[in-house]
Amino acid sequence: MNSIIVSALLGVVMMFSGIFTTNKTAIKNVAIAGLLILLFANIADTYGWYKITVDAKGMLEFTRFGLLFNSIAIFSTLIYVILSGSDFAKVGTYVAEYFALIFFVLCGVSILSCYNTLLMLFLGVEIMTIPLYILAGTDKKNLKSNEASLKYFLMGAFSTGIMLMGIALIYGVNGNFGIAFDIPAPTSPIPNYGILLPLGLLFMFVSMSFKVSAAPFHFWTPDVYDGTPAVFTSFMATVVKAAGFIAFIKLFQTHYFQLLASWKIILPLVIILTLFIGNITAVFQQSVKRMLAYSSIAQAGFMLFALYSNNDLSNEGILLYAAAYSFATIGIFSVLVKMKDYTFEGFNGLAKTQPVLAATTTVFLLSLAGIPLTAGFFAKYFMLSSAIKQHNGFFMVIIAVLFAAVSVYYYFRVIQAMYFKQGDAETTEINGRFKLGLVLLAALIILLGVMPNMLLQYLYF
Amino acid sequence: MYSLLLILIPVVAGLLSFFLKEEKTVKGFALLASIVTLVVSLCSLCSTTQLAFSAEWIPSLGSKFSLSLDGMSKMLCLLNCISLPIIFTSIYKNSYKNTSGFYGLMFLMQAGIMGVFLASDALLFYFFWELALIPAYFLCSIWGGEKRIQVTFKFFIYTFVGSLLMLLGLIYLYLQTPGSHSFAYNDFLQLHLPAKQQASVFALMFIAFAIKMPIFPFHTWQPDAYEQAPTPVTMVLSGVMVKMGIFAVIKWILPILPLAVNGHANFVIILSVIGMLYASLIAIKQDDIKRLVAYSSIAHIGLMCAAIFTNTNIGIQGVLVQMFNHGINVIGLWIVADVIEQQLGTRKFSELGGLAQKAPTLAILFVVMCFANIALPLTNAFIGEFLMFSGLFQYNVWFAAVAGISIILGAVYTLNMVQKIFYGDTVVATDKAVDISLNIKLALVILVVVIIALGIYPMPLMNLVK
Repeated sequence: MNSIIVSALLGVVMMFSGIFTTNKTAIKNVAIAGLLILLFANIADTYGWYKITVDAKGMLEFTRFGLLFNSIAIFSTLIYVILSGSDFAKVGTYVAEYFALIFFVLCGVSILSCYNTLLMLFLGVEIMTIPLYILAGTDKKNLKSNEASLKYFLMGAFSTGIMLMGIALIYGVNGNFGIAFDIPAPTSPIPNYGILLPLGLLFMFVSMSFKVSAAPFHFWTPDVYDGTPAVFTSFMATVVKAAGFIAFIKLFQTHYFQLLASWKIILPLVIILTLFIGNITAVFQQSVKRMLAYSSIAQAGFMLFALYSNNDLSNEGILLYAAAYSFATIGIFSVLVKMKDYTFEGFNGLAKTQPVLAATTTVFLLSLAGIPLTAGFFAKYFMLSSAIKQHNGFFMVIIAVLFAAVSVYYYFRVIQAMYFKQGDAETTEINGRFKLGLVLLAALIILLGVMPNMLLQYLYF
Repeated sequence: MYSLLLILIPVVAGLLSFFLKEEKTVKGFALLASIVTLVVSLCSLCSTTQLAFSAEWIPSLGSKFSLSLDGMSKMLCLLNCISLPIIFTSIYKNSYKNTSGFYGLMFLMQAGIMGVFLASDALLFYFFWELALIPAYFLCSIWGGEKRIQVTFKFFIYTFVGSLLMLLGLIYLYLQTPGSHSFAYNDFLQLHLPAKQQASVFALMFIAFAIKMPIFPFHTWQPDAYEQAPTPVTMVLSGVMVKMGIFAVIKWILPILPLAVNGHANFVIILSVIGMLYASLIAIKQDDIKRLVAYSSIAHIGLMCAAIFTNTNIGIQGVLVQMFNHGINVIGLWIVADVIEQQLGTRKFSELGGLAQKAPTLAILFVVMCFANIALPLTNAFIGEFLMFSGLFQYNVWFAAVAGISIILGAVYTLNMVQKIFYGDTVVATDKAVDISLNIKLALVILVVVIIALGIYPMPLMNLVK
């Protein structure tokens, strides 16, 4: 409960801080302090040092899994604000409000990791996405940003509508909003319950697939990620996406068997399609930003394995994956924001002009590609081994690793541009603190890759 | 303890190299550090205690940071340790842009390869397997030839696909271990899987190793990569790194998946023999020293792979000996290729000739190495090839007979190369050639001494790997 309340309060605080000062660095520092408080509040909740107790009538359930994810999400946001926070000012003048919106998103994230009824799921999704519609459109004078915002809003509203339809159907069968319920007996008085429940769950599945941009419900992703100012894309593609996955998994962990036979066909199909579309389309991109949008679809395909295998390994794995993926993506985006040219050619020769940026970006890319010695490797490792353990079928994992090899192609194109091609990549001014931040983040990723036990020891439930 | 030092010294040396600025200092330091590693490796040969090392790594996954040294890994570590000082000596006078980066990556690559030979934990093995690849990727892509970026990328993707499949195989084996699962090599040895499961794991792991070796038809990355890589890196790639594949088959496939090995022996041997003949025939038509040596290397590796899958003692003994000897010989050939390219600016036979008149010492040393390449008696390669062929003969006479053709073809292309480069009249390119400088002479003489010494008295090597 701590993080839900504190993040909402901090959002208000951030909004007011804009009245008292227009100094952008001061606002950023307030936000960093706020995030530290939020992180501490959540950790206090996790270990039971101090809990704000509110009787939620069982609508929220605070598990270690959910709280741990909150910590990861808040910590990722902290890294994000430290690295990219000063770039908010380039987008528009209302810096304090952007920070406020980010805190509100975190409030939604905290609900999504701990919901226990479909109603709270719906509220969490809305609280999380509405600020994002605004953030997507912050670059007001840019047509693409407006397009992104509108597209995101329409698509989001549409998929939320589908979710509500699903919730209504499930409610019709169940009589309440709980996510853990028994299948009604065949003699149940409810008419057509045999079709209502699977249909409701299918609607929920489609809607959640929209939110995490799994194919074939991914069409909004590239345009929205591309049109949104890069600083905010970073946040959307990491923390928000991971939260979507946590909600997705929480919902279907208990429910998936009620779709029975069709589940075994639908989910593998969605996974393969997501991997295929994400990876293959990413290969053909000319802009690094758009490539990262497709790569985030591809990574979603890997994260869906957590749903596919649904065992203890996958639960630990999805948290590790969320952390590894968020850290690396935030790092890359923070560098991307500094680039003058977002195309692959724009990175040519970066190793000469900005060796620190190039070296750390290489670490981030290697992590996304899942090369050992980086956190990304263990993330992929857990997804693969959970799938092998659960189904003993090599078919899906072999497809997954082949696509992982495809992903190396487009991630390494950036490395090739930075190190092996001639050119002088232009960046905006880069200060020493930003470089230090990048180096620390890269060190963290390598540390997690060498000694994954540091994070893993918290993951055993 | 030795095993840990063998990895630690190159890692530290590599990281330090990045921070050295002066070209001279870097070279001196690199040579010194590589010799220190060699000394440690020699000490480990004599020692029978303190070889293994084990520490907690990821207890929740049942994976330990455990290293061990047996006869085979001692020998391969020695090969790995010998190769760097010799390479560094031979390229002492060459200059590379960003010298510190070059030497640093060379050391990191050595550390990765060393880890593969030493790891006795499957996850650790996979780690090092990939780690050896990353420095190689950067070395080839930054310092390589004209088409380096595409070619190296092909090499990288090929091996990466292979290693991911291997990872799946290892995870599968891991999940079959009893209790709370473990990646330890000894636990893998205890697995006695049914034939069907062994076959699928075998398929996954063998593809990885076959790409690394490389075995026909997975070899297409190799000639291009060897040609485009900077020659010192090619030396490591073909002298040491391909041994990773052979080593992995002997250590990680033979004892763990015996049923699958028996089941697939014919298939693999046929592929290997096809590869031998195919590569030898292509080698005859080559006009470039590096490409010729690359194809000849495929042929040699093919024989080793075939001999492993005969699963006869004598054949495997031959492979073990030959792994070391092939490494020594091929490094020698690359050094000569590098000397010729650095001095004359071309590697094409059609633009070379009569070099023996200008560089007699080089000619003598090179001819000895070529004899070793075709496994003439009194050279080190003879004993290994002899053992491998007798293993193959025991397994199936026809395979041995067909594979034997490659010996003749080997003589054809190797001697042809000697003739075209060193004999005949001098041409424009070789007119102003001078004999080799002292550092190269030193490197080559050491190699030739090893070649002849092990050719006359191979027992120390045989005893080591028994």
